[in-house]
Amino acid sequence: MPDQVLFAIEVTLNGLMAGVLYALVALGFVLIFKASGIFNYAQGVMALFAALTLVGIMDGQVPFAHLINVVFGTNVHHFGWTVPALLAIALTMVVMVGFAWAVNRLVLRHLVNQVPIILFMATIGLAYFLEGLGDMMWGADIKKLDVGLPQGINGWIDSTTFDAFGYGFFIDNLDIVATLIAAILVTGLVLFSQYTKQGRALRAVADDHQAALSVGISLSFIWVLVWSIAGFVALVAGIMWGAKSGVQFSLSLIALKALPVLMLGGFTSIPGAIVGGLIIGMGEKLFEFLVGAPYLGGATEIWFAYVLALVFLVFRPQGLFGEKIIERV
Amino acid sequence: MKDDSYVTSDGRTIGGVLMDLRRITLRFGGVEAIKDISFDIREGEIRAIIGPNGAGKSSMLNVISGFYVPQEGEVWFRGARRPPMKPFQVARQGIARTFQNIALFEGMTVLDNVMTGRLTQMKASMLSEAIWWGKAQREELANRERVERVIDFLEIQHIRKTPVGRLPYGLKKRVELARALAAQPRLLLLDEPMAGMNVEEKEDMSRFILDVNDEFGTTIALIEHDMGVVMDLSDRVVVMDYGRKIGDGTPHEVRNNQEVIDAYLGVAHD
Ligand SMILES: Nc1ncnc2c1ncn2[C@@H]1O[C@H](COP(=O)(O)OP(=O)(O)O)[C@@H](O)[C@H]1O
Ligand SMILES: [Mg+2]
Repeated sequence: MPDQVLFAIEVTLNGLMAGVLYALVALGFVLIFKASGIFNYAQGVMALFAALTLVGIMDGQVPFAHLINVVFGTNVHHFGWTVPALLAIALTMVVMVGFAWAVNRLVLRHLVNQVPIILFMATIGLAYFLEGLGDMMWGADIKKLDVGLPQGINGWIDSTTFDAFGYGFFIDNLDIVATLIAAILVTGLVLFSQYTKQGRALRAVADDHQAALSVGISLSFIWVLVWSIAGFVALVAGIMWGAKSGVQFSLSLIALKALPVLMLGGFTSIPGAIVGGLIIGMGEKLFEFLVGAPYLGGATEIWFAYVLALVFLVFRPQGLFGEKIIERV
Repeated sequence: MKDDSYVTSDGRTIGGVLMDLRRITLRFGGVEAIKDISFDIREGEIRAIIGPNGAGKSSMLNVISGFYVPQEGEVWFRGARRPPMKPFQVARQGIARTFQNIALFEGMTVLDNVMTGRLTQMKASMLSEAIWWGKAQREELANRERVERVIDFLEIQHIRKTPVGRLPYGLKKRVELARALAAQPRLLLLDEPMAGMNVEEKEDMSRFILDVNDEFGTTIALIEHDMGVVMDLSDRVVVMDYGRKIGDGTPHEVRNNQEVIDAYLGVAHD
């Protein structure tokens, strides 16, 4: 096979795996949007916050250390222990459920029946609040996250493809694991929503609030549940991203790539979020490789996803899998 | 409580008071949708609320089902005064309902819609569902049995796997009834179950309502716009006009009530 084709295949595979992360963040958006019609701008920051909290707990960092030290004149930073990864993940999940509860109790409950733009603005406020809170609790420095996921190039793929094509593909072990975890997560979510009582209630709320109330479903419970699930998805995304490039505040910006993913996949479709994520991840890497780098001076990955989404919007505004919106006049 | 239950001419037993509404007043801003209305619903009966458009019938049903909170008055259910409740809490007390403008889960199949009616009956918590799968499975089976019975009963087997969004209006009304019935309610509230139907569909629906009451012993309160339909169906009738109660009694009594006749003649043009 010609080298160019092999390179392209390798780029495509790497792109697909980057797309998994976009898909995960987009999935969080879709869950909340479906259940409550709220476009949760804070989804990306939730991933950042979850990752920060996880690192903080694992490293035994004292939360709000700066604030505590200023107020009490102390000088504490660490508890002097470390927490095993699994326990820390569980504790972080408790924090995310607490966050879900607080958001509903303190913010959304007061905004029922408001127009969508108001709710959207509220989530923007939430995003920056959460970013500030993360900073205050855990500090703004870049942190290394190591929950024991395998790192480095997968040797087996490298040597096998080298034997077959005379060119070894470089595929990151972490990417492979991330893809597997994402697949398990999505399967789990689908099983949950199809086959459990709460899953059925969740679908009911996503479909019609009045009808859901009439069969005895508590909307506020479902909203806390769905924000908690979104928090869990954010945590998974945060772990993967953090393991790959360290936990830093730019994560919330990268997470905005979920927007073009949603435009592509549709705001209400879980398969759309997955496929959209993969297309964007693959598309931007491949475009950079085939067109961007050789002809356009590179760095097309910054904008390619958005332009692709824009083109897509013009031709199919409801997204790949979204329901067609027909306004009755 | 005195036992004043009696047996109807067609052999059904009507028991004591199940739901008692006392001096209910409901306002929307300046509009008084319900003005100081009292009436009761007895165990096992079919109770109709009739009246012209805008009389306040749906508002009354919404008060009973917790969707509206009246400014004044008391709601008594099963002998106890009901504190202010959210609609989902009322549903969990065993009060199921349908809506005038149909509220179904359009994206789900008929079967899934009817299954949601079982949510109030399902005990397995999320945790036990995850950990103790078997128990949840057994519960699911029991629920499935009830649901299949309701589906058979309402003759909608042929559409059980059809997404509700694709069904014609008349069938949607029937699916909505099925979902409410799946909950095994103590009290079933139907808001204009026959509105917008053709004659044949109306006859089917009347038969279903009578059969539900007869076979399941379900207490039913229903709203109907059309006086004629109600007469054959109900044991007792409340008549509303402009938010007031202008009549209450058996169909025969109500039909001969002068104020009721006037109200209906007054709206004969609509
Ligand atoms: N949610 C609401 N907000 C404001 N006004 C309402 C609302 N629901 C009902 N009304 C008013 O209450 C009155 C009674 O309405 P309704 O109960 O729907 O009558 P019916 O069902 O007998 O036709 C009407 O004047 C209607 O406009
Ligand atoms: Mg009405």
